Amino acid sequence: MTLFGLPPAEWLPIVFAAMMGFSILLYVILDGYDLGVGILTPFAASDQDKDMMVASIGPFWDANETWLVLAVGLLLVAFPAAHGLILSTLYLPVFIMLIGLILRGVSFEFRVKARAKYKNLWNRLFFLGSLMTAMSQGFMLGLYVMGLQFTLVTILFSLLCALALTVAYAFIGAAWLIMKGEGRLQIDAVRWAKECIWGLVVGIAAISLATPMVSARIWDKWFSFPEILLLSPLPLLSLLLLFILARSFKHLPDAGDNWAWAPFVSALGLFVLAFMGLAYSFYPYVVPEQLTIYEAASAPESLMIILIGALFVVPTILGYTALAYWVFRGKAQTLRYD
Amino acid sequence: MMDTLILSRIQFAANISFHILFPTITIALGWFLLFFKLRFQWTGDLKWMEAYRFWVKIFALSFAMGVVSGITMSFQFGTNWPGFMEKVGNIAGPLLAYEVMTAFFLEAVFIGIMLFGFSRVPNWLHTTATFLVAFGTTMSTFWIIVLNSWMHTPQGFEIIEGVAHATDWWAIIFNPSMPYRLAHMLLASGLTVSFLVAGLAAFRWLLGDRKETVRSQIRVGLGFAALLIPIQILAGDMHGLNTLEHQPAKVAAMEGNWETQSNVPLLLFALPNGETRQNDYEIGVPNGASIILKHKAEGVLPGLNDFVAEDGTVLHPPVGKVFWSFRVMVGTGVAMLLLSWASVALMWRRNAQGKRFQIDRLPKLLLIALVPMALSGWVATLAGWYTTEIGRQPWLVNGVMSTTEAVADVPAAMVLSTLIGYLSVYAALLFAYIGVILYLAVKARHGAPLDEMGPTSGGAVVDVIARDDRGVVPAE
Repeated sequence: MTLFGLPPAEWLPIVFAAMMGFSILLYVILDGYDLGVGILTPFAASDQDKDMMVASIGPFWDANETWLVLAVGLLLVAFPAAHGLILSTLYLPVFIMLIGLILRGVSFEFRVKARAKYKNLWNRLFFLGSLMTAMSQGFMLGLYVMGLQFTLVTILFSLLCALALTVAYAFIGAAWLIMKGEGRLQIDAVRWAKECIWGLVVGIAAISLATPMVSARIWDKWFSFPEILLLSPLPLLSLLLLFILARSFKHLPDAGDNWAWAPFVSALGLFVLAFMGLAYSFYPYVVPEQLTIYEAASAPESLMIILIGALFVVPTILGYTALAYWVFRGKAQTLRYD
Repeated sequence: MMDTLILSRIQFAANISFHILFPTITIALGWFLLFFKLRFQWTGDLKWMEAYRFWVKIFALSFAMGVVSGITMSFQFGTNWPGFMEKVGNIAGPLLAYEVMTAFFLEAVFIGIMLFGFSRVPNWLHTTATFLVAFGTTMSTFWIIVLNSWMHTPQGFEIIEGVAHATDWWAIIFNPSMPYRLAHMLLASGLTVSFLVAGLAAFRWLLGDRKETVRSQIRVGLGFAALLIPIQILAGDMHGLNTLEHQPAKVAAMEGNWETQSNVPLLLFALPNGETRQNDYEIGVPNGASIILKHKAEGVLPGLNDFVAEDGTVLHPPVGKVFWSFRVMVGTGVAMLLLSWASVALMWRRNAQGKRFQIDRLPKLLLIALVPMALSGWVATLAGWYTTEIGRQPWLVNGVMSTTEAVADVPAAMVLSTLIGYLSVYAALLFAYIGVILYLAVKARHGAPLDEMGPTSGGAVVDVIARDDRGVVPAE
């Protein structure tokens, strides 16, 4: 089956790379905001606010995390050679992330089901798990950008990315809380968002500067004519979104609560733009400068059978995810089973 | 100092053992919740709603434990066993992808509505969400069992340049051991939850909790247990015959049978000795194994010595571990059979008011025995998986790829340190999990029974009295 004149062995890897990219992007945004909320919990003004913060993400976090499973699953099934190479290189940060995800995921349940005297312990583990997850993901992003090499410089850069992504998650978490929170919580969330936006700016700037430095190939992809003109909307739109954010912070929380969604949507836009830049830089490599998506891809007949399923199932998933967001629309409410 | 291979195996075994505890509960508990909810809808009896409310908390907790430990495993394929996907990724990949696409998202999205949507969505949608969560866990079981069974009885593929390529997906999915393994696992989950429900309710009863819902939960748990255990014994037997056909070395290890011979005894006790290649301290029922597996005393069963290569390489699994895991599983199954049938027989007798199936007909000792049996499903399930998985060694994919081939080239010290990390976290979480479940049972005892449900609006049952339920509400 040829597509645009390409044989399956050539177009299937592109389609799967796109699907994987889409899953990673959705994961970073969706779990990004709920990890961010977790990172912000120690700063809540009261225990009630803390509960409300957790309540705002309670019905969503599990599905958000499933995008990570899909992303790593697609890496595993579509590019098995890359999966092994990347994950065995990132052995330790992956371990830290997994422990973080475990602690965080179970704390949702334990903090309200265990004896009241242990609630604080589980709250702390919830924060710690969120922090470990965010930091290790930032570290892995940095190391990936640096071509998965361990040297003093790459580790320092990865640590910077770890810090930046953690703060960036806190920022999008705060933006989520501006949308979902009320009263004191919403006022706090606006302050947190203002205080954390530098994480996103520093992260995007550091990676944008580092990627062309590390690889001459990426340098040429960006800084040659006419590419530089065609790509200019990426940084320009990012600047515009930052400008909108800065403006919105002056007026939030607004009287009628009509603009509470603006920071989250702008944050979403910034994540999307940053991701597009990264994807453009690294294509066609799945392991930077080592392995292209074509070299790492599984057999076309296996990819085809997944694709056929995905064409039916993924729209359904998006449909019922939308249903869940609609059911739990509006301001966060106390979570109850009845 | 142990090497990377053995440490990686221990690490994967630890992760998957910890993981399977929770799906074993959630697979069947999802259907139990649907049962409780539908019973409430049909009878209007609030005791069923109380049962739903109690068990949905345990479901939520178990589900979270299952999710997080499952994510760990999807990463460990890459961190510890990259050779697996490189060689058989073309087959394992699509099966795992279908699991994520048709099961994980379904469960993850609808569990939000199931847990927190009761007063936000119409009742039919809440019931549908409960159904979809149960259905999702079962679909997940299906796909993962397909992949696991294919690793035991691979077919429908060809090896081109050292990599497996699918030739027939129907043959891959419906591989010879899949139907047996799937039935065996689903029944195991059903039994685990039956005894968990009965055992925890018996615990509440012994603490003095005499609510109608406690009585009903003991009855429901024991009833399903008594119903499922004979079916499970039959399914297990058929699975054994299927294994004899496709993996004779595994059955030889399960029976502790070294030489191919007729009139093989059913060993009740033995210490298989890998050095001398014979059993020490053997006690057995003459002809027993031949009769079970070949249905006649003269039946010839394959022996372990047939699975040693000319150069002395052992191609059969470690005997002692498989032999004893199998006995623990069967022993637990027998205990399940005796206890559930004895309970039903005792409850068959009418009580003073002339009613059948009353809990007060059960002797206290039996109720006490039910409490530790709450975890009997875990014991049997783990022992069963150890039997079949250790029984597949030295192969990772039977006859296609050895476990040694798949392991990652990661320093042993790294694997060891992360292993210690995982084990400590898992031990702490298991402790907390059991503690919280017991605490929920103790707390439920102090709650008054539901005596009314609030008004229903638009079909949704809203504003249920929540006085026994404060723990669920984050803002106490």
